[in-house]
Amino acid sequence: MSLAEALTPATDDVLLAVEGITKQFSGVTALKDVSLDVRRGEILGLLGENGAGKSTLLKILSGVQPPSSGRIVFDGAEFKPSNPDDSKRLGIVTIYQELSLIPTLTVAENIFIGRAPIGPLGLVSWRRMVEATRDIVARVGLSIDPMTVVSALSVAEQQLVEIARALSLKSRLIIMDEPTSALTETEVQRLLSIMAKLRADGVSIMFVTHRLEEASFICDRMTVLRDGRLAGHLDREGGPIELPRIIEKMVGRAASELYARPAQRHIAGDVRLSVRGLRTVRDPEAPHAIVLEGVDLDLKAGEILGVAGLVGSGRTELARAIFGADRIADGTITLDGVAIAPASPADAIALGIGLVPEDRKHQAIFAALGILTNFSVAALGSFSNGLGFMADRRERAALADYRKMLSIRMASPEQAIEGLSGGNQQKVVLARWLARDPKVLIVDEPTRGVDVGAKAEVHQILVQLAARGIAIMMISSELPEVLAVSDRIVTMRRGRITGEMPGVEANEERLMELMALDRRQGKAS
Amino acid sequence: MNSTVEQEQRGGINFARLLMSFGPLIFLAALIIVFTVMKPSFIDPINIFNILRQISITGLIALGMTFVILTAGIDLSVGSLLALCGMVAAVVAKGGTANTLSLGTSATQGFGWFAALLAALAVGALAGGIQGLAITRLRVPPFVVTLGGLTIFRGLTLTISNGGPISGFDASMRWFGNGLIGPVPVPAIIFAIAAILCHIVLRYTRYGRAVYAVGGNAEAARLSGLRVDRILISVYVIVGFFAGLAAFVLSARLNSSEAVAGMGYELTVISAVVIGGTSLFGGIGSVGGTVVGAALIGVLQNGLQFNNVSSYTQSIVIGLILILAVAFDRWLKSRVRR
Repeated sequence: MSLAEALTPATDDVLLAVEGITKQFSGVTALKDVSLDVRRGEILGLLGENGAGKSTLLKILSGVQPPSSGRIVFDGAEFKPSNPDDSKRLGIVTIYQELSLIPTLTVAENIFIGRAPIGPLGLVSWRRMVEATRDIVARVGLSIDPMTVVSALSVAEQQLVEIARALSLKSRLIIMDEPTSALTETEVQRLLSIMAKLRADGVSIMFVTHRLEEASFICDRMTVLRDGRLAGHLDREGGPIELPRIIEKMVGRAASELYARPAQRHIAGDVRLSVRGLRTVRDPEAPHAIVLEGVDLDLKAGEILGVAGLVGSGRTELARAIFGADRIADGTITLDGVAIAPASPADAIALGIGLVPEDRKHQAIFAALGILTNFSVAALGSFSNGLGFMADRRERAALADYRKMLSIRMASPEQAIEGLSGGNQQKVVLARWLARDPKVLIVDEPTRGVDVGAKAEVHQILVQLAARGIAIMMISSELPEVLAVSDRIVTMRRGRITGEMPGVEANEERLMELMALDRRQGKAS
Repeated sequence: MNSTVEQEQRGGINFARLLMSFGPLIFLAALIIVFTVMKPSFIDPINIFNILRQISITGLIALGMTFVILTAGIDLSVGSLLALCGMVAAVVAKGGTANTLSLGTSATQGFGWFAALLAALAVGALAGGIQGLAITRLRVPPFVVTLGGLTIFRGLTLTISNGGPISGFDASMRWFGNGLIGPVPVPAIIFAIAAILCHIVLRYTRYGRAVYAVGGNAEAARLSGLRVDRILISVYVIVGFFAGLAAFVLSARLNSSEAVAGMGYELTVISAVVIGGTSLFGGIGSVGGTVVGAALIGVLQNGLQFNNVSSYTQSIVIGLILILAVAFDRWLKSRVRR
């Protein structure tokens, strides 16, 4: 059945109209006079930096919070949701970044949660539930056993199950909040094609994302928010909406400044870190996890080495192996000509290696703790005296210095770090390592979840650090970032290095080719 | 500052922190006022010191438990461990397992109070260390390890004492339970000193920072170079040490070490820590909160007794108030966060 049949004849092709919405929290305005509309069977991109008001708008639309003023019209009638169920009943389903499936239940149970088909005895009819589930997941291109437990699925599959559930609820507007942030390239492509298919079926989609390329590729129109206000609407005029136009609307300045290559580069010094034949152990409990298959790498003092590769190429595993976080099976690591074998992060840190991990929330920050604690945690030894007492004044003075140097915007050293924006959190994590004055700093996805504006700041900081002689290894999925910041670039695929070139000679096409090409495995496949 | 949401969170932060840390204190003050209105003699110094003496035993263990819960752990074995440490202290103090209830100062042939104290502390710390090793090396959750410990330590105690009590210590040992310095009971002074030390350690030392960090995010702590396993083991050593200290004071006060001592203490101790605002998920909490939590339970028990509420009814009321106190704290925090 096509959902288009369920729709009333389109006298007016606007499904959802948001008119002059304002939202205030205890005197602070999070949204001011924002208007937008979503038409039937279109994909509307909702873009904006962190803190631009996207989340607040989503909460209002999904009935979590009421607006302070303004009105919402859905399908020609005024719509005042007082809770998420109101929105669902009308056919507005929001799929959040944090998936809302219950991991211990099966796919079928998740899809039919709270509305399982009942048999003659008043018991759940599993047979009907399983059959219906098979049809429902087929709509999003999945062919999984409905009795699979959700936790056994990949993130991408879980997301599709959630979309399938939304469809089974006769959704007319699906709001997707950053759906692609945890997906690999192929999974993203699959999701985008499913979105296109839903659009053809007449479902409207509001696509909230940070990833401009994807938005540009799929969206019919875009609404951009900035600082809680409407920054403008963009229309597809023949071709996809071009990135510079989007960025300019988002940040209010020209995009050329953002990924500009910092002009003055330090000349790289001697080899600091040298890796030869590095292999990691295959974990019997995770047979599909990536292992390094013999990596050779040199990192020089004062250079930024970009490591490009797709998700699953072994980039993060390389960083963790050097940092002593994962076990090494074979190979050597030398630091300033001396062989090292860090058995734990503590060992690696003592040797002068730092790591800014890729998953900030789970691996780097202590969300509920203060900025001061977050800052000094890796250098407690240098901020305490011989008796183990914290040298409070020295610690605060150091934080104040880095606050100025990295322009960290924060209220006080005691403020919980979770209250900061992603960019400022990342700066605190960088400051944590700078306080140790490392010889080698590995940064994994340094601007993930960081506002477009703050990205450029992080890049500038990395360049400054390299100029101080720190050897920096930067892992990133964003090729423009790798190109803008790196002095030298290596590409990885399937646990191996597949190519190397100076930053100035690289371009996206060449890197993409090296990242995606299976040169050494040609025979195997 | 281009983020409106960020500004919003900045505004409330100091006021929020202030109220959050005072939630349990407000509740305690309210209880004291209610009991005083019901019976003005409730706030006589004699009764106040009585309360202080009562809370000092579980209070001491609660100090150690604060470290454990800050790392998102739990120790269910403390009541049994207290009994074991008390029994060991009695054996050392008396030089045997003979149960001679004697009030004379020179009636015992043992090794004296100091050796008894050291033995209690050593057994407590050692038992805690072994549990910590099991938690970190065998990767068994703290709940399970210490649940096992709860049974094991009780069994050991019964084995040593053959089920009965060991009673009759000399006056120098009994002083630690019943003595006074000025008008203040010695156990209360021990508790106060211990609380101040714990506060200093958690608040002002490198080790304290590490405890909060491990509880706040163990993986981030490991990637920041902290030796997470060592810190986890250490907190179980600390709580064991305090169980030993509490055992010594309790035996001194009762002039007897009972094999059934400390039954159910783990629940009172954990309640005190949680009422004091320490999060069972780790990373958030303070010694000050725990002291208030312990005081709250003590005031409640004493106040109900004072008003001749039967011990059956007491259990019901205390249970209700515990839930209410934490609910009040939550409510206060959620209001402040808005």
